[in-house]
Parts: sequence; structure tokens; C-alpha cells
Amino acid sequence: MQGAGHRIAITGYGVVATCGIGKQNFWKGLLGPGLSGSHTVEIENWDATPYYAGPKEMRRADRCEQYAIAAAQEALDQSGDLPYDRSRIGTIFGTGIGGLRTLEGQVEVRVAKGKERVSPFLVPMMMSNAPGAAISMRYGFQGPSETICTACAAATHALGYAARQIAWGRCDAVLSGGAESAATITAVAGFENMTALSTTMVSKPFDATRDGFVFGEGAAVFVLERLDLAVKRGAKIYGEILGAGSNADAHHITAPSPGGVGAIACMKLALEDAGLNADQIKQVNAHGTSTPLNDAAEAHAVEAVFGSNNPPMTSIKGVTGHPLGAAGALEAAAVLLSFEHKLIPPTANTTVIASEMKVDIVTGKARAWTPGPTISNNFGFGGHNGSIIIAPFVN
Amino acid sequence: MDQQLFDRFKKCAIDVLAVDAGKLTLEAKFKEDLGSDSLDLVEFVMALEEEFGISVPESDLDGVDTVGKAFNLVTSKVS
Repeated sequence: MQGAGHRIAITGYGVVATCGIGKQNFWKGLLGPGLSGSHTVEIENWDATPYYAGPKEMRRADRCEQYAIAAAQEALDQSGDLPYDRSRIGTIFGTGIGGLRTLEGQVEVRVAKGKERVSPFLVPMMMSNAPGAAISMRYGFQGPSETICTACAAATHALGYAARQIAWGRCDAVLSGGAESAATITAVAGFENMTALSTTMVSKPFDATRDGFVFGEGAAVFVLERLDLAVKRGAKIYGEILGAGSNADAHHITAPSPGGVGAIACMKLALEDAGLNADQIKQVNAHGTSTPLNDAAEAHAVEAVFGSNNPPMTSIKGVTGHPLGAAGALEAAAVLLSFEHKLIPPTANTTVIASEMKVDIVTGKARAWTPGPTISNNFGFGGHNGSIIIAPFVN
Repeated sequence: MDQQLFDRFKKCAIDVLAVDAGKLTLEAKFKEDLGSDSLDLVEFVMALEEEFGISVPESDLDGVDTVGKAFNLVTSKVS
């Protein structure tokens, strides 16, 4: 990654997903059946009590924040103590929306009981920077604590920006990732009425019959660390961030630019940042939402960047649905797990690839591979594009 | 002291402030003994207003720093 020459190691990560809590349960979920039969998928029987000192603290954290705290705990359990000056440990987090459940609940309270009954905790619970703030406060990380809010590209952008804090020498370690829990009745209706959700209630990225996404949720948190310092303290290294790209379509509030030109430029930026040629990328973890427009543009962009002999591509959204701002975080976790297990998880539910797509989508079952540099894409409403390149650690 | 009233008051405190019933003595100070900050108390007052059907303007809360003083305030409003 361009900067002052520091490499970036990932030394821990945690996952809260609808298909599994904890990174290995998440992996098992990714190999399991895809979603069908609902517009939404949410974490069933979520219990935040293991992550909070008491019921008061727990009640005052929106679910979006609770997921972030749970994933951060798993990540830091793996990394172990970070022996750095607290002012050099940052928290760069991403979310698409923030505490929407809290806001919607309090609107109901106001309508039913009057404004005097609106909770004094509404504001700190709904603000989109709450998950990142909660992580920094819990662990006393006093470096930069900033939240990136670029819809479905948020976590990818956060990871890229977090890595750059290390590459440039501002931080020795950064907690990063994304969280989302926003499938309220009103939000679902909004997505439904804009025809973004699958009417057949199946998430099947890149399939010829795809017709929209399934609204998901979850979180993943990563410990990023200056690689030489991580090696020196003997930390286990799960992967290395080689580069990241970020740009804008400047085209339309929801539709991708025709021909995926924004996505093409974004992937090229990430390659340049990583100092890699296109043929050195061995896997594409796609945004692959299962919407007609996104998947067409992304498949075209991948072909444009990588040529006819493009690397295997998968989208985990057949299993996870689309967790908006957390997407890039769950997908970075899937990439790290694909290194560990030497398998690329399949694009669940997808059977017939749209004929115009000249890309190698992994379908059916997981595909064995020799882990190598992987690019993960995420694109957000507003025309925000993010790509990040993660590789197995090679000393 | 109206024990029934105090039991209802205590239940609100236990629910909202998440403190042990044993700590809820009349002398207990919200900040020092119960670890409650100003937002905790706003939420607690809201719960009391709801439970007892009373209205407690902010000006009534000046100097109300113990469980006993808060209970007296509630009692005066109820009766």
C-alpha cells in the first residue's frame, strides 16, 4: 500500500453474521444453503449479555453497536494485547445507516406517548458513529476514531482507510470493520418500494433470473497492525492488506454507471496501490448483490479489468443477504477464511449464470484453490466504489 | 412511608438504573452509591412519571440527589 512503507497485517478478526456467530461458524454457514423465502434475514435469538457488564449498558447500545462490540471482542481475543501507545491505536469503522432500530422505536414512542417520553439515549444510540465510538471507549484506543458512512461500500472504505493510517505511520494498530442492523419495517418498505429487494425472495447473485437482494445484517471487526511490529511480537498473521481503491461514479444516486466504468477505475486504483498486475489476482470476492443492475455492471467491470481469463469470482450474498454497510467487513472475513481453508465458498442459490457475463462464478460447491491476492469489491448507493486487496501473509 | 408506593418506586429504579434492590436505601446517593449519571436520572424520572402518572418538571429536581429525596418528590406529586 502506498504510504511511508509500512505493511499492514491482520492479526485478529471476529464475525457476527446471520449464518453464524464467530468466524468459524460463519465459515460453516457460507458453505451451507442459500437464503430463500423472505425479504430479510436477521440474526435469530441474538443475546448480547456475554458482551456487556450489565443490562443497563446493553440496553443503551443499538443492536448495530452490539454486533460491533461482539465482533471486536472476538478479534481482540485473537490478536491478544496490543503493546502500543494508546494514542497510536485507531478505530476506523463503517456503517451504512447506524442505529435505525432505535430511531424507529423512539418515533413510535413519540407518536404514542408524546415527545416527553423520547429516550435521552436516542441520540447516542442512533448516531452512525456509535459502534466505532463504543469500541474505542471500551478498549481505551485514543488514536483517530472515525466512521465512514458510504452506504454498502462503508466497511470496504473503512478497511482501506484504516490500513492507510498504518501505511502512513500515523497508527501502529487500528480496529476496523463494519456493522449494520437496519431491517426495520420502514426501511424494508423503502427498499421494497424502490424495487431493490428480490420479489421471489431469493438471493442469487449473477444468476440469469436474479431479481433483487435479500436485506441482511451483521458485523465483522479486524485488528490491523503494522506488520513488522506484529511479527516482532510473534502475533499470528491471518492476512495482509496490499492495497485499496476508492472513487465515485458521479452518475446516479442508486444505479451504477453504465458499463461499470466506476468499478473498473476503482479496481485499477486498488491494483496500482498494491503494486500488482491484474493477472496476480487469484480471486474476486464480488459485491454481487443479486440485483440486475449491480451484477451486470460488476461482471462487465471484472471482465474489463482482468480480461477473458479472469480469476474465480464468488458472492457470499446468496447466504448472507445484503448487510449494507457491513458487507465489506463480512466479505473481508470470508476472504481470510478462504485463505485458511484453501477453499473459495460458492455463490449460493446461483445455478444459471446470466449468458452475457463472461466471468468464472464459483457455484454449487466450494472450489479448492491455492490462496493468493484477492480483491473484494463493494459499491454503495450514491455511487461510492470501494475495492480492497487482501493476500495471504508471505514473509 | 407508604410501602406499596416505595415498592413500585424501587421496581422502576431496579429496571432503569440496573441496581441491586439492597442498595436502594433512602440515604443512597444516585451518583456516588448507585453509579448513575445525569442521563440515567432523566430516564429514571421518565419511568417514574409513567409509573405514577405524574409530571416532574426539571426545576423540581434541583438538589434531588438521594433515593429518599426522589421518593419524597414522587409521594408529594401522587398525593
